[in-house]
Amino acid sequence: MQNDAVLTMRGIYKYFPGTIALNNVDFTLRKGEIHALMGENGAGKSTLIKVLTGVYEKDGGSIWVEGGDKEARIHSPQDAQNIGISTVYQEITLCPNLTVAENMFIGRTNGEVVHWKEYEKRATELLDNLGIPARARQELSRCSLAVQQMVAIARAVDMQCKVLILDEPTSSLDEKEVEMLFKLMRDLKARGVGIIFVTHFLEQVYEVCDRITVLRNGELVGEYAIQDLPQVELVAKMMGKDLNDLANMEQVGQKSLGADEVVYEANALSSSESRPFDFCIHRGEVNGFTGLLGSGRSESVRAIFGADRVTGGKVRVKGKDVKITNPREAMKNGIGYLPEDRKRDGIIADLSVRENIILALQVMKGFFHPMSKAQMRQFADEYINALQIKTASQDTPIKSLSGGNQQKVILARWLLTHPDYLILDEPTRGIDVGTKLEIQKLVLKLAEENMSVTFISSEIEEMLRTCSRLIVMRDRKIVGELTGDQLTQGYVMKTIAGGDR
Amino acid sequence: MTGVNTTSRAKRKEPMTDAQLLMTISICIFAFMYAAAMIFLGGGFLKFQQIFDLLNDNAALIIISCSLTIVMIGGGINISVGGVIGLTVMSCALFLNNNGIQNGFLSILLTILLALGIGLAFGVLEGFLVSFLGIQPFIVTLAGMFLSRGLTTMLSVNPVKVTHEAFLALVKSKIKIPWLGYVAQNGNPIPAKLEIGAVVALCVVILVYLMLHFMRFGRNIYALGGNRQSALMLGINVRSTCFWSYVLSGLLSGLAGYVFLMHKPAGNASVAMRSEMDAIAASIIGGTLLTGGVGNVIGTLFGVMILATIQKIIALSPLNASWWQEMASGAMLGFFIILQSVVLSNRGKHKSKDKE
Repeated sequence: MQNDAVLTMRGIYKYFPGTIALNNVDFTLRKGEIHALMGENGAGKSTLIKVLTGVYEKDGGSIWVEGGDKEARIHSPQDAQNIGISTVYQEITLCPNLTVAENMFIGRTNGEVVHWKEYEKRATELLDNLGIPARARQELSRCSLAVQQMVAIARAVDMQCKVLILDEPTSSLDEKEVEMLFKLMRDLKARGVGIIFVTHFLEQVYEVCDRITVLRNGELVGEYAIQDLPQVELVAKMMGKDLNDLANMEQVGQKSLGADEVVYEANALSSSESRPFDFCIHRGEVNGFTGLLGSGRSESVRAIFGADRVTGGKVRVKGKDVKITNPREAMKNGIGYLPEDRKRDGIIADLSVRENIILALQVMKGFFHPMSKAQMRQFADEYINALQIKTASQDTPIKSLSGGNQQKVILARWLLTHPDYLILDEPTRGIDVGTKLEIQKLVLKLAEENMSVTFISSEIEEMLRTCSRLIVMRDRKIVGELTGDQLTQGYVMKTIAGGDR
Repeated sequence: MTGVNTTSRAKRKEPMTDAQLLMTISICIFAFMYAAAMIFLGGGFLKFQQIFDLLNDNAALIIISCSLTIVMIGGGINISVGGVIGLTVMSCALFLNNNGIQNGFLSILLTILLALGIGLAFGVLEGFLVSFLGIQPFIVTLAGMFLSRGLTTMLSVNPVKVTHEAFLALVKSKIKIPWLGYVAQNGNPIPAKLEIGAVVALCVVILVYLMLHFMRFGRNIYALGGNRQSALMLGINVRSTCFWSYVLSGLLSGLAGYVFLMHKPAGNASVAMRSEMDAIAASIIGGTLLTGGVGNVIGTLFGVMILATIQKIIALSPLNASWWQEMASGAMLGFFIILQSVVLSNRGKHKSKDKE
């Protein structure tokens, strides 16, 4: 045990029915460092965090926190807070209807009376001190997500935490907001707080972290200083594959240009959320919308699917004029749409994997033409195998699956309806590298089978690997259509930024 | 730089919160309606006594509306309040008539304790079922409503009129404020009269307001209604907060029952029938969101006053019939909810513009 360690976990075990989630895992966090906890989905990151924060009880091993001469006993989130372990989760765990100041102090004051003046004064000091652009009396729901996250961090900091856990804090923030968050993190690091940073974004790890601990399948792979572990090797460690395998990752398959036949064509299509735009896609083509967050790429595909209120424009599907004003009509015309926000728009958490897979097909058929149980089972089995969905059975509720597998279930839902044209909006967000690769491969395979696919992703490399045509958006307008030689990272970036146009 | 920042921040006025905005709207609507009634109907509306009468007649409704506002802010609902009033009124009336205690003061004290006890019992029971067993509050309090109505009928099928003299004296005693009164046609000055029940109701409004805004318990209720999961993560004891909000709600409905008896000293199986619905309507009109987290008892008070004013206006107008009253209240509620959603969605748009 090092002297400067604020947190030491030794030989942690955690069993779940049927699996070992954590198998003899060690973890050490030093004073004033930002320590990335990396691993694919299901590697045990979340379980380790939950053991540390008292959401789960550990089944073996010991935890020491600086200043305590005995093993720390953590049985509830309150226990964890009391010994100086604070957590900021991906989802904001503050109350939107209360003020910023109140969110910082509620639940941790003694006394029955609320001293507003004092709260506001202390909150203002703290906000200034940490450079957070919020006002103490502002209602929390009126702050941007990034600021809300920072308020949560300020609360944690004010509680004199020694260990700050940031569990995927950046997944819903844009670049500027991420930068603000990183500044705050470096600031806290300088004050001697140990920060555990969990994220899926590799670049972010290399931007702020000092050290990396990698987990795989519930076991410790190793702890590394950031300079000793190049990005490629980190990915290899996470996936447990050799570098040679990763070379294949660069080329997942043959890109498909598509046939001449136009499957879908829109002229000056606009919706309540998007400006008019023209768009077409050929049979068997994979194309993509790219642009910064908020550039209108998701809004455009939502207009195609009729998910927002369509306000104008002409649409032709396979050469015929059609009207698509709601998702049901889109589905009838052979269009499928995998929404961006999996949790909100995609999965129905309490239903089983099977029911989630069947859903879209059932809607297409209409509820008065039920499918037989045997048929449903057969369909579910077929796609669980085809997409290699990791689930205990098809009756398992989808909420107990990992993010990547949930995404595959929703993909299966759409594939089952055999669409001619499938729109995938950020299908790989928040899922691990291995599953990302599988989904990319699948997209190319679908295109080979003559399905047209529109693919949206925040990661340009991913788009370059799969799309033969990239539509670049900026400020809700299409600013470029790139094909062939133009499809390089540099050129795409330039177009997005609007340098030479 | 920091110092400058602090002062400029402190000086900057925050925009109204949703709760404040909704409350302001309901106060304005009340003022507007009352002014219109003064101009077009005149008569009683020109006398100050009218406002006191609204308070006197609706004291019990004000108290249960406060009780509902509390649970609704916490994201719950309590539809047993009317039933608890009925049961309290009936049991207190029977107790007063049959106890045989000569000392008037003692029997009044005992009935107060009885009323609060009944309310407390319902609150504890419902609070336990909702917060510790996690049963839907609507179902739990629906059961509470049936139970209390059933018990009331079991106590007496026939109406019971209170004959206890000390209590009737209490009923008759009113607070007289001469300078708010008026002079009758025969030249006698008639002071404005406020019943004890109305004073109790106003005190309840003030106390609940203070509790919700300046006590830890009250703020915890807001947090609970804002986001239950977050409240838990923020270290709030969610179960106990939820439990005590129902206990308080039950206690207030017991008190409302006693206030009701002081206004109309007679028990009846159908006393305060459907008053829980009026209370929900009043809370919503006063700016409490059914989804929890937003609300204010001052607004609720005005919600009750709006409903009461509608009733009075219709009673004085040529449309005097009970269906017109109900339809007007319904229209008011519908109007207000539409207004709320329009206002809130407009604010949402501004919010996103701010961000850009």
